[in-house]
Amino acid sequence: MTPAEIIEVLGQHAGTAPAAVAEGLHPHVVVPPDRLVAVAELLKTDERLRFDLLRCISAVDWPDKGVIELSYELLSTVLGHAFAVKVLLDRANPQVESLCGVWPAAEWHEREAFDLMGVMFLHHPDLRRILLPEDWMGHPLRKDYQYPGVYKGLQLPS
Amino acid sequence: MGLIEGIFEPGLVVTTVDWVLNWSRQRSLFPMTFGIACCAIEMMAAGAARFDLDRFGAGAFRATPRQADLMIVAGTVTCKMAERLRRLWEQMAEPRYVLAMGACAISGGPYHLHAYDVVKGVDQIVPVDVYVPGCPPRPEALIEGLMRLQDKIATRTIAKEG
Repeated sequence: MTPAEIIEVLGQHAGTAPAAVAEGLHPHVVVPPDRLVAVAELLKTDERLRFDLLRCISAVDWPDKGVIELSYELLSTVLGHAFAVKVLLDRANPQVESLCGVWPAAEWHEREAFDLMGVMFLHHPDLRRILLPEDWMGHPLRKDYQYPGVYKGLQLPS
Repeated sequence: MGLIEGIFEPGLVVTTVDWVLNWSRQRSLFPMTFGIACCAIEMMAAGAARFDLDRFGAGAFRATPRQADLMIVAGTVTCKMAERLRRLWEQMAEPRYVLAMGACAISGGPYHLHAYDVVKGVDQIVPVDVYVPGCPPRPEALIEGLMRLQDKIATRTIAKEG
């Protein structure tokens, strides 16, 4: 399906209507955070869409807008089309429902976004740091992150 | 190593045992499999047929620290890895040696200034015997480092600690 047709399918249901759409090089929809799970389930189960693979969750920090943006990159291995879903979260308290129930691959992607960006995924089965040590302070990919300088007696860049 | 310290006069017997021990240790340095970044590719090349570390008796990479004499730290060490690296080093039987391979293991390398989680040199964690610079060093450089370590082992004596 083309991006326009995918967007049209999403727009047919009240519970999955996107807040904004974009076509072009990176076709995607922006959905309100409370509709994310409904959108994800439709994208996965609808016979015309069948997005069975969550390739990546990208998190972007926009301090000027006070927003953390999540981009869920999807691929249908059956039908061969790709698409993305974005949600915009409040930077002061970034929270969104976990998608582990829809795509099991979300578990580690969400742990990474939590580890490096500090996004809280509600109802995630095991939301721990995945890359950094468990006692690390802060979330290093935030634009305003302060380098610790020292960790357990080791000199680090500051 | 200090078991017979002070029992013998420094003489014929001790020097001969020294020589035999050092000779065997120099020529059977079992390295630990510790490739943690791209330097490991060069380390593998050094172990493979073209460069053949086995010519120096150092080609038997052990998968456990308890069988290893030499830890070749081949790559970038993060804070999370630092604890594991120290623990593995402590599990190695003495005499044990550490070779820091490449810019990252020596000083943090390209991550020295701007990475939040990279250790600035593995010598903050374990004592390093030989530094092999390069990014990554070629297999010839690693072999050179190994031979300098053999020189260092040749100076050991069981009559004295260290």
